[in-house]
Amino acid sequence: MCRLLFSVLSTFLGLTCVTFFIGRVIPIDPVLAIVGDKASMATYNRVRSEIGLDLPIPVQYWRYLIKVLHGDFGNSVITSQPVLQDLLRVFPATLELSLMALMIGVIFGIPLGVIAATHRGRWQDQVIRFGSLIGYSMPVFWLGLIGLLVFYAKLGWVEGPGRLDVSYDDIVPVVTGLITVDSLFAGEHEVFWNSLGHLVLPAAILGYLSLAYVARMTRSFMLGQLKQEYILATLAKGLSPFRVVWVHALGNVWVQLVTVIALTFGSLLEGAVLTETVFAWPGLGLYMKNSLFNADLNAVLGGTMLVGVVYIGLNMLSDLIYPLVDPRARERR
Amino acid sequence: MNGTLTWRGWLLDPAPVSRRQARLGRWFRAWLAFRRNGLAMTGLFVVSALVLTALAAPLLVDPRAAILQVLTERLQPPSSSHWFGVDELGRDIFARIVFGARTTLIIVALVSAIVTPVGLGIGLAAGYFGSWIDAVLMRITDIFLSFPRLVLALAFAAALGPGIENAVIAIALTTWPPYARLARAETLTHRRSEFIEAAELQGASHLRIIMSQIMPLCLPSVIIRLTLDMAGIILTAAGLGFLGLAAQPPAPEWGAMVSSGRQVLLGQWWVSTIPGIAIFVTSVGFNLLGDGLRDVADSRSS
Repeated sequence: MCRLLFSVLSTFLGLTCVTFFIGRVIPIDPVLAIVGDKASMATYNRVRSEIGLDLPIPVQYWRYLIKVLHGDFGNSVITSQPVLQDLLRVFPATLELSLMALMIGVIFGIPLGVIAATHRGRWQDQVIRFGSLIGYSMPVFWLGLIGLLVFYAKLGWVEGPGRLDVSYDDIVPVVTGLITVDSLFAGEHEVFWNSLGHLVLPAAILGYLSLAYVARMTRSFMLGQLKQEYILATLAKGLSPFRVVWVHALGNVWVQLVTVIALTFGSLLEGAVLTETVFAWPGLGLYMKNSLFNADLNAVLGGTMLVGVVYIGLNMLSDLIYPLVDPRARERR
Repeated sequence: MNGTLTWRGWLLDPAPVSRRQARLGRWFRAWLAFRRNGLAMTGLFVVSALVLTALAAPLLVDPRAAILQVLTERLQPPSSSHWFGVDELGRDIFARIVFGARTTLIIVALVSAIVTPVGLGIGLAAGYFGSWIDAVLMRITDIFLSFPRLVLALAFAAALGPGIENAVIAIALTTWPPYARLARAETLTHRRSEFIEAAELQGASHLRIIMSQIMPLCLPSVIIRLTLDMAGIILTAAGLGFLGLAAQPPAPEWGAMVSSGRQVLLGQWWVSTIPGIAIFVTSVGFNLLGDGLRDVADSRSS
């Protein structure tokens, strides 16, 4: 427990060091940005000491750390609101997208991985392995464009870019920020179906990538389990092969899969940056991308910090869940 | 001593007489195992085709064609004169794909050239010296390992400004940690071996032992890992390019080409689709090659 806390804290400090460093190496002089290039040397120096840039670097870092711990990432240049407020506003959209994608990845990926492992070398295995190879070789932004072209423009099966049609905007009050959930609770079925129509394509595309990874890992974990002697023992005892595979072997694989699922969720947040750009999905990724091109460094660093913290949280969570699903890990502690 | 049969016999000789014969024989056996794997050979073919295209780019197409804008011919569909069609600024897409192969390979090569020595150096030092050096280096590695790759690359690109060099730095900074871990693990398995002890007793310096005894043993697994990572590096680079953070226009870069075709996607599908296929095929090629190399290595060790 102590070890875990130490690792989480040091990773967090490392993250702040990196964002602090990035904030300093940026070629734009923040003082110049405030005073303009016609200001006298005296004004320049006064502003410089006002923002604290004349202090020693460790002191500057300390101040930065204190601010970050208070949730103060500075103000965004574009929206002129505190970055934290912006982040909290856009994050639910990303969360909705990546949670849906994760569900798709887990619900389909794990059974496919199991089937590939039990049919090792046969056509089922080849098809699943080939499908996942394509999945993790695929540029997600390109697949998104093709998906839009085929399923939205040509076939009209799904809704287009964005989270909702304009006519449905602002009908449902924001509670969780996940429109599908909010609209269900508000009883607005029309809004729900519309938002689901918008969500399904980007989530399916992102979900395919996580499916590829989850299926591949499940397959290799399952192959490891199926080699074990207890499989032979349970079969000899007369249990049905179905039960042996899906209950006994998969039960042990779950332990390893917890970490994989946590990591997958992290990579989905990243994939969301590109997917959101393609689908004009108003989430964290689109926010960071727009900030990037308007030299809004506070917003970019705030977003980096948020994703980093979620990453650290996921790693911590998988470390905490591990002993819950694996009795052996519990005893070792 | 005549004909190819004897070459084969010499290479596969179970009792090699020289060190070179033994080494070449080992390589040849690995190649024979690799050659049996159809998918891996496909990967090798794709990667070689990419490298050849990049090297021979000026011979395949006129170098000016990649950035030459012929506005009267803009958005023409694929035809016999423009194999892959023409983009929204009247540039030949085939020429841009061919020269884009160079951009992609340069990024991959530069990232590998940074990541391999950094990862190896840190991993070797941590594994060899142990104690507090190991603890500190591995903590740093773990910190970098738990960073989101694309987002961090995004932040670095934001700070350093867009461009290929900065994209390379950003990708390299987030790619090295697994190599350090790998090199450390390999070092630990050999650290207490008798041949290391023998070298120590002969008075070899730490640096010499690391460089001449341990590093060669780490290299194969690092190279295999690198091949497997190439696809990821290419996809990250293309993603940065798509966001406009890698090569700047008019330089041909596949990710940026996909992005620029977005406005005309509905009418002129080829402008976005073809560069995307190039990215996809390259990434599949590296994945197949990496899987194949890993299989050969695994079958040798087991």
